[in-house]
Amino acid sequence: MGFSIGALFGEECMVSSSRWGREVRLLWGDPLLFIVVLFVLTSLILFILYPLALVVATSFKTPEGFGLTIFLEVLKSRYLLQGFWNSIMMSILTAVGGSLIGFLFAYTLSRTEVPFKKLFHVIAIIPVVSPPFIGAMSIIMLFGNNGLITYSLLGINNYPIYGFRGLLFAQLLTFFPIAYITLRGVLESISPTLEDAAMDLGGSRWQVFRKVTLPLSIPGIASAMLVLFIETMADFGNPLILAGSQFPILSVQAYLQITGMFDLPTGSALALLLLVPSVTAYILQKYWVSRKQYITITGKPTASVIKSVHPVAQWVLFGLCLFVVFLILLVYLTILWGAFANVWGTDNSLTLKHFQYVFGVGFRAVLDTLTISGISTPLSGILGMVIAFLVVRKQFPGKQFMEFTSMLSFAVPGTVIGIGYILAFNSPPLVLTGTLAILLLNFIYRYIPVGIQSGIAILRQIDPAIEEAAIDLGADAKKTFLRVTLPLMVPAFFSGLIFAFVRAMTAISAAIFLVSSHWNLMTVQIMSQVESGRLGAASAFSVILVALILVAIFVIRAILLYRYGRMGGKLLNI
Amino acid sequence: MGVRLVHITKVFPDPHHPGKEVVAVRDVSIDVKEGEFVTFLGPSGCGKTTTLRIISGFEYPTEGEVWISGKRVNDDPPNKRDTSMVFQSYAIFPHLSVAQNIGFGLELKGLPKETIRAETERIMEVMNLTNLANRRPDQLSGGQQQRVALARAIVNKPSVLLFDEPLSNLDAKLREQMRLEIRRIQKTFGITSIYVTHDQGEAMTVSDRIVVMNEGKVMQIGTPFEIYSRPANRFVADFIGRVNFFEGSVTGRSEQGISVRFSNGIEREVGSCSTDFHPGERVLVVVRPESLKLYSKDSTLAGSNYNGRYEGSTVQSRSNSGQPFLEGKIDKVVYLGSVCEYEIDAGLEKPVLAVTHNPIEEGFFQPGELVGMDFNAVSAHALPLS
Repeated sequence: MGFSIGALFGEECMVSSSRWGREVRLLWGDPLLFIVVLFVLTSLILFILYPLALVVATSFKTPEGFGLTIFLEVLKSRYLLQGFWNSIMMSILTAVGGSLIGFLFAYTLSRTEVPFKKLFHVIAIIPVVSPPFIGAMSIIMLFGNNGLITYSLLGINNYPIYGFRGLLFAQLLTFFPIAYITLRGVLESISPTLEDAAMDLGGSRWQVFRKVTLPLSIPGIASAMLVLFIETMADFGNPLILAGSQFPILSVQAYLQITGMFDLPTGSALALLLLVPSVTAYILQKYWVSRKQYITITGKPTASVIKSVHPVAQWVLFGLCLFVVFLILLVYLTILWGAFANVWGTDNSLTLKHFQYVFGVGFRAVLDTLTISGISTPLSGILGMVIAFLVVRKQFPGKQFMEFTSMLSFAVPGTVIGIGYILAFNSPPLVLTGTLAILLLNFIYRYIPVGIQSGIAILRQIDPAIEEAAIDLGADAKKTFLRVTLPLMVPAFFSGLIFAFVRAMTAISAAIFLVSSHWNLMTVQIMSQVESGRLGAASAFSVILVALILVAIFVIRAILLYRYGRMGGKLLNI
Repeated sequence: MGVRLVHITKVFPDPHHPGKEVVAVRDVSIDVKEGEFVTFLGPSGCGKTTTLRIISGFEYPTEGEVWISGKRVNDDPPNKRDTSMVFQSYAIFPHLSVAQNIGFGLELKGLPKETIRAETERIMEVMNLTNLANRRPDQLSGGQQQRVALARAIVNKPSVLLFDEPLSNLDAKLREQMRLEIRRIQKTFGITSIYVTHDQGEAMTVSDRIVVMNEGKVMQIGTPFEIYSRPANRFVADFIGRVNFFEGSVTGRSEQGISVRFSNGIEREVGSCSTDFHPGERVLVVVRPESLKLYSKDSTLAGSNYNGRYEGSTVQSRSNSGQPFLEGKIDKVVYLGSVCEYEIDAGLEKPVLAVTHNPIEEGFFQPGELVGMDFNAVSAHALPLS
C-alpha cells in the first residue's frame, strides 16, 4: 500500500509547482468545491485508509515495537503458508478458467446466430445477482455426504467434494459471469467491419478469429483475468463452506484466527498477505492493462450480417454454452428445491417449514439486511457520483489520491477491511462496534467504486461543452451541477444503484466481522445455517434473498423506465 | 465598445512532456468594434479556439487583458461575462426540450415565466423553430440543432456572440446555407460577433474582418479583400486560397507601384507591397491563379477547343517587346464547369496555377498546349523574401 501512495505523491510532485499553486488558488476561490473536496478526502482517509493502515501496523507490531516477528511465525507455520499458496493457485486457476468460459459465452452470444441467446444471457447473469456462496451450498447439496447426485443417484458415500475440486468448480461458476460481462462489452466494441475486412482480404474464418478478433480482445481478457483473480482472492463464502481443513484458504484462515483464536496480530498479518496480491493485480489492471485497450476507429457503423463463425464451430460453441447453462440451472434449482424439501437428501418431500422459519425467527435478519442495504446503497451511490464528478470535471490538489483511494475498496478483500474496521472502531476515539453505523459506513465505502465507475462512464459521455454552455448562459457551478449534470447522471446513478444494492445484499466477507446481536445479516445467517447443517433453512434464506434482489432490480428499472423511458438510453447518444 | 484583447498570451503545460510548456496564444491584440463580425481563421492548433475560450472565460490568459464592453473581465468567470457561445458540438441539453433549451439562460436570470415564454417564442419564430418547440434534442437534425444552439445564445441578448467552429458538423450544402443565416441574424440583431473557423470560405462569407492566426500568433488582421489580395506575409498568402509565388528583385518605383525584375530577366510592374521596398531588395510576388491571363502560343492546336479569344489582345501586354511574362506547357486540366483550372509546366520549381472563367463561351486549353502567361500590375502583390 505504502509504495503505491508514495508513487502517487511522486507523480504529483512532478507537476510543476505553478500548477499546484493555481489549483490551490482555484480551490480557495470556490468554497463549495473546497468543502466537498475536504469532506470526501477526510472520509476516505478515515474509513478506507485508516483501517487498512491499522491492519498493516498491527501485523508488524511486536512487544518491543515494530518488527517481522509475526510474519516469521506465519512463514514457519506450514499450515498458514499453505493457505497463502492455495489462495494464489485457486485465484489463478479461476482467473484463467473463468475468463475462458466467459470468453466462450461472450463470443458465442455476440458473434453467432444460435437460438436462446437472450435466455443464455439471463442465466449467465444469475450468479452475479445472487450471494456468491450459493455455488458452494448447492455443490454440497448435490455432491456432499447426502448429495443428490453422489448419494441418492449414484449411491456413493462420502464423495470427497470438499477441497480443491469442489472449490474450483464453485469459483468458476460464481465468477465466470463477471468475465462474460466484461468480454461481451469488449467483443461488441470491436467493429464487425474489421472482421469483414479481414475476410475480404482473403482470411479464413479461423484466421480472422486468430489474427483479428482474438488479438483485439487480449487486453480485455487480461483485464477480466485480473478482476477474477482479485474476486477469487477476496472470496470468503465459498471457501468457508467448501475448502475444508485439507485445503486451507487464506481469507478463511484470517477469519478463523480472529473469531476462533482471538489472535488479532496473526489475523492482520494474514490479511496483509491477502491484500498484497490483490492490490498488485488491481494496480496492474488499472494502470497497465486498461491503457492497452484498443479503441476501434470506425467510419459509419455498419450492421454486419453475422457470418464469421463456421456453422459447425457455431454448434460446438452452442453445445459448450448449453452445458454451462445446465450447470448453473442445476445449482440454482437445487437451492430452490432445497428450500422446499423436508430434510435434504433423506426426505425430499415438499414443505414450507423453512420459509416459516425465515419469516419467523429469521425475519429480524431480513429486516436488518434490507435496512442496511437500503440506507447504504443510495448514500454510497451519491458519494460515488460526487467523486466521479470531481475526478472527471474538476481540478484540485489530491485528485489522483482521491481517485486511487476511493477505487481501492474494489481491490481490498472484504476480510481485510473487516479486520481493519475491528481494529479501527473497537476502541476510542471512534467506538462503533455492534452499531448500525459501523455496518453502514463499511457498506458505503466498500461499494463506492460501483457508483464511481458508472458515474465516470456517464460523465465521459456527456460532452463537457454541455456544462460549459450552462455556465456560458449564466449558471454558476452549483446550478450547472443541479440543473444540467445531475439530471444527466440520474439514469447512470440508478443503474449503478442496482449493482451496489446487489453487492450490499450479498456481502459477507467484511460484514461477518461487524455483525452483532443487534444488527445481523441474511448472508451471515445463511452461513451459520450451513455450518450447523440446516441446509433447508439456508436455502430458504437464499431464495428470499435472491427474490428481494430481483424485486429491487425490477423496481429500480420500473422507476427508470417510467421517468426516463421517453429518452431511455438515447439520452447519451447526442 | 465591443471586445478588446491586449497582449494576450496563454501558456499550457505540455501534456506530452511533463514539466515543459506550450505557448498556445502569443501576444495577441485586437479591437473588435461594436456590431462588428470578426473571424479567427487558421489551421488547427493555431490558437484560435483558445483565444475564443479566453474571451468567453473558459480559459484565463497567462498574460494580457480582456475587455468586454469597456469593462476589464480578466477575473470574471464565464457565467459573469456578457457573452453567449455557440459550441462546435452545439451542446444542446439532452434532457430539455427545444423551448426549454432556448429559455435556459433567461430562466437563470430569474425572469418571469411570461417574459421567458414570449422571448423564447419570438426568437423561435425568427429562427423558424416554432413547430419544433416541444421536440427533444435527439429528434432534431443537425441543422435544426445548430439553429437551436444559435437561438439559445441570441435570446439572452448578449453584448458578444461567440462561435466555435459552429458549422463543422454540417454537410457542405447546409453549411453554406447556415453561414448566410448566421450573418443575416447577426446583422438583424447587430450583435458583436467573434467567429472561429478553419474554413476560409466561411470566413470570407461572414466576416467584416478576418484575423489570420498561425502558431499562436496573429499573422494579419484585415477585411476579406485585404487578406486575399494584400496578404501581409507568405503564410497568409499561402493559407488563403491558391497562389503562385514568383521571385524577383526591385528595380525601382513606378507609376503603379514598383518595378520588379524576375528571375527569368523579365520586368513587370507590381501594384501593391506589404512594406516599403527599395531598389535591389529581393521580393516574393504573389499572383492568384485567376489573375494570371493565359493566351495560346501554339497556333497548330488553336482550332480544337480554343476559340482564340485569348489572342494577345485580351492581355494588356505592358512589356516593351510583347514578350509574355512566362511561357509554359499545359500539364493538367481540371474542368469544374464554371471555371477551368490548370497546372502549367513553366520550368519553375513548382507548376504554375491558373484559372480561366466561363469555359462554355471562352473555351479552354488542352494538356500539351503551349501558353503564354501574364498579369496586371493591380493584381500582383509583393512580399519581402524572407
